[in-house]
Amino acid sequence: MRINGAEPRGAPRPGQCLRTYLRDQGCLGVKKGCDAGDCGACTVHVDGVPVHSCIFPAFRAHGREVTTIEGLAAGAPGGRHPLQQRFLDTQAFQCGFCTPGMIMTGAALDAKQRADLPRALKGNICRCTGYRSIADAFADAFAGERRNGNGSHPSRDLPAPAGPEVVTGREPFTLDTAPEGLLHMKLVRSPHAHARVLSIDAGQALALPGVHAVFTYEDSPARPYSTARHEHETDDPADTLLLDRVVRFAGQRVAAVVADTVGGAEAAARLVCVDYEPLPAVFEPEAAMAPGAPRLHAGADGNLAGEVHSEIGDAEEGFARAASVYEETFAIHRVQHVHLETHASIAWIDADGRLVVRTSSQVPFLTRDALCRLYDLPADRVRVFTARVGGGFGGKQEMLTEDIVALAALRLGRPVQLEFTREEEFAAATTRHPMRVRVKAGADGAGKLTALGLRIVANTGAYGNHGPAVLFHSCGESIALYSCENKRVDGYSVYTNTVPAGALRGYGLSQLVFAVDSALDELARALDLDPVEFRRRNLIGPGDALTSIEDARGDVEIGSYGLDQCLDAVHYALARTRGRDRPEGNWEVGEGIGISMLDTTPPGGHVAHARISERPGSGFTLAVGTPEFGNGTTTVLVQLAADALRVPAEQIEIIQSDTDAVLHDTGAYGSTGTVVAGSAVLRAAEHLHELRRERGPHSELLTAEASCDGSRRSVAFNVQGFRVAVSPRTGEIRILFSVHGADAGTVLNPLQCRGQIEGGVVQALGAAMFEHVDIDASGKVITRTLRNYHVPVLADVTPTEVHFARTRDRAVGPLGAKPMSESPFNPVAPALANAVRDATGVRFATLPLTRSAVYRALADRRAVSGRAV
Amino acid sequence: MDLNTVEEIIPADRSAIEGWRPGDAWLAGGTWLFSEPQPELRRLVDLTAFAWPALVAGAGAAGLEIAATCTLAELASLGASRLGSSPGGEHPGPRGSRRRWPATKLFPECCHALLGSFKVWNAATVGGNLCLALPAGPMTSLATALDGVCTVWAPDGETISIPALEFVTGPGENALAPGALLRSIHLPDAALRCTTAFRQFSLSDLGRSAVVVIGRRSPRHGEVVITLTASVPRPAQLRFDRSPTAEELRDALDEARLEYYDDVHGDPIWREHLTRMYAEEVRRDLEEGRP
Repeated sequence: MRINGAEPRGAPRPGQCLRTYLRDQGCLGVKKGCDAGDCGACTVHVDGVPVHSCIFPAFRAHGREVTTIEGLAAGAPGGRHPLQQRFLDTQAFQCGFCTPGMIMTGAALDAKQRADLPRALKGNICRCTGYRSIADAFADAFAGERRNGNGSHPSRDLPAPAGPEVVTGREPFTLDTAPEGLLHMKLVRSPHAHARVLSIDAGQALALPGVHAVFTYEDSPARPYSTARHEHETDDPADTLLLDRVVRFAGQRVAAVVADTVGGAEAAARLVCVDYEPLPAVFEPEAAMAPGAPRLHAGADGNLAGEVHSEIGDAEEGFARAASVYEETFAIHRVQHVHLETHASIAWIDADGRLVVRTSSQVPFLTRDALCRLYDLPADRVRVFTARVGGGFGGKQEMLTEDIVALAALRLGRPVQLEFTREEEFAAATTRHPMRVRVKAGADGAGKLTALGLRIVANTGAYGNHGPAVLFHSCGESIALYSCENKRVDGYSVYTNTVPAGALRGYGLSQLVFAVDSALDELARALDLDPVEFRRRNLIGPGDALTSIEDARGDVEIGSYGLDQCLDAVHYALARTRGRDRPEGNWEVGEGIGISMLDTTPPGGHVAHARISERPGSGFTLAVGTPEFGNGTTTVLVQLAADALRVPAEQIEIIQSDTDAVLHDTGAYGSTGTVVAGSAVLRAAEHLHELRRERGPHSELLTAEASCDGSRRSVAFNVQGFRVAVSPRTGEIRILFSVHGADAGTVLNPLQCRGQIEGGVVQALGAAMFEHVDIDASGKVITRTLRNYHVPVLADVTPTEVHFARTRDRAVGPLGAKPMSESPFNPVAPALANAVRDATGVRFATLPLTRSAVYRALADRRAVSGRAV
Repeated sequence: MDLNTVEEIIPADRSAIEGWRPGDAWLAGGTWLFSEPQPELRRLVDLTAFAWPALVAGAGAAGLEIAATCTLAELASLGASRLGSSPGGEHPGPRGSRRRWPATKLFPECCHALLGSFKVWNAATVGGNLCLALPAGPMTSLATALDGVCTVWAPDGETISIPALEFVTGPGENALAPGALLRSIHLPDAALRCTTAFRQFSLSDLGRSAVVVIGRRSPRHGEVVITLTASVPRPAQLRFDRSPTAEELRDALDEARLEYYDDVHGDPIWREHLTRMYAEEVRRDLEEGRP
């Protein structure tokens, strides 16, 4: 075998797949997204033929020529294949984890395959971009056209600094490193949804050669914590132990095995004998709240992880004087993040005896703090950092691997790695909170809301990580968006014996926006008002107060208001643009919109420090804490620093997401990368610029630091519009036209911001039409592979037209910019459901709108849900 | 993924069949075997060592012999140049297979029905897909729709024939005894000479099949055969001496009392509806195609 023209060292193991063999040979651009042949991230060429190397037996490559991303452009002018250049030109990546496989697939296509790109790329998943930029890269990749990515403005549309490394597979992600003496961990997981661990016998496992340790509840610190990470430790209930004697969901870890090899750890894990006493389990939150239900956590009466009760005004009075009242229960299902890089981390002890953790995390500083508390270590004895992170979407605002590898490294004094499989992601990481939301909405004859009532029951799963915070956030912006004197909310976050829910893009809002927006659309119809006009009469204006629940939102201001522009843009685009033609035959066509608002920053403070220093010779080093996981923050931070210092972006070198780099950073969640970290960077860079001007020529190296505490908060707006055609014969929903209006304040990087919106819309469409994590009668997750959990591929996608409002925020910044990473997700599901309602007359109160669900509902249209009084 | 319990890979020969033991697995393309944990496996027996010709026209009886190890890519791109000749040499391989055998149109259609992309076609095999016995297995659809007959090497050295329709017995279940091996699938000349109609649908465009309906009509006798896969736990077939009327088809579907499959790729109500709808479309296609 030859790999990129060179002889490999050593033969593959008998059952080894080509993917891991190539990685052993140093080809780290060969990525693992699924390890099952579904996602395409590991695509390589064998004798010029593209294959998924994770399902290709390594021994079969014997005597053949293997080409990986590292060898693709061998001998090409400029060291890049034309497709690699085009991926740079169109910035056809965000996290970049899928990019090597996407390019290796694309480079092998013939003209006929390129003409049917959706089919050719059906085996390649990108979870970030929404595929528009990828399709654009292919459009001209073979025509020889080149475009200067920078354009005429030096800073606008600045490409991602890591781009050249990403498209060539050289950019290191979390596990693209191999410390000397690395050991591997595998977790033993519970088959029971609820059980007490009576005993664990690790004797046989420890007797296997190459096994270093088996950790059980006996090794667990007694201190409870939450896997969720927030700036304030008390935001989440401390209900989790490192290794517990009680397991509360099928898939919970009960033991951790460390061995020389992954295979050795797997073998030993199978030999760990755990004696369980099964306990009664409960899977549905309403049942878990009932008297006599099995109790998951001591002290959690009614299995409540959190609750909210609020009444502003007098809801009953409001409903009493309404001309029309609509009431319906909406059910929003469990979905998974499917970031292509699974959770993974490596822990070791450095030369100074410090614990070091390299991890795939959105929150390295908060993880450091959590490890310090768990193991009683001072902050300066623990370092946590990330390389480039392969996607997050909230799933990595969580400590799921770092805690246990840290224990192993501390105990063994050796580097230890834990990498989740794709199955573990589905069965034992986190999901969106499934919710049932009862909405009651009343309006008077003039089409003004008189009262809004919500009853929210959220399923937080076995642990309360993010449970209370998601519940509170869900009923914030979703109803603050509407001007209404009377608002009543009752909400419950309920423990059940299911895989824990956690943070997922939107953080509770995608669920509530679906419920509230669907209800208001229906209420408009009951009043015989155009749904857009009805919303216009009730949306908050720029001078209105933001009210949702009592004692909340006092610190949020409307620092800029582009909602009217977003709504107008979407409304007009729907009116004048046809999009794809209505299909031939029996299709029903309709239009719908969805509207959402998002606070620019989480409540209670979100901190970022930044330091910028002159480098010897020339250039600057910018140090920040926030990680890069495809959100594009790094690009914007470099852009801000370069503009403030009046230098080209190439002069800024960035060090990031390392607890050694700066004092503190809350992390990349709550859409804070641009707004909070960006503000800190801008202040530091402006300060340095001033210093340099004051000082004139100088010999010493100047440094400036600044921070932002995220205490001022504003709001961003998103409006999604769809025109759809629905087939009553098959239940298919075909999107004819998709348009999105976004109020992001000052748009610092339009190319990148557009990419965030396109990606958010497609991810939300996946959740609204295809994706669902299913749990069987025993509480086990049964959708454990990507072929049984369909996420959008290019074939599923219609391009979205994006319009930006022209606003500049006076409260937050930098330069009046507002966040735009989570929020495009939120209005998509209601816009789709409202469009389907418009087309068919059927209100879908339950997600997802699969073809089978739509067919069944249209087959029996008497089952019109909801009732107008 | 790595199959870390596998200790040995041995090239297959007839003696390997006799030496088969628990913990062994036949390795064809490996695209499924390597896609899921297989902790019970110790040894892989590499079928490519047989070096069977992928496609042989006119071998033994008139028709096409598809080796179990024929890849989907080889099948999809079937053309004159790809066809080997019969070892006996009596029947030279046909030229212009599509003209002589219109039903070869189904080959790429069925390959496209695989959820896996063209990259998977490069390794996945016809035999592997059939043995996997998933309701949505497109090679099951193809083999059953064209009255394929499976040649099986039994553990005792016997060679037996099993109609493809009886080969897949349930979701993930096939007629192979432990240690038995699927050698090839024979598609008879009479079936390959038929005109065909194909319908497939899933929960997403280009997704895993929820329903596959394939019809064929014999040019000589007008016999019509409609084969249902993906929507049912195992293949089902409706045979008619001549083109059925819509009512006859409906009655035949009623009489078949089919159980429709329920999994994440579709619920039974939707699948039954699609099956009946596409069966009727296929019936009409074949009727309209009447010369």
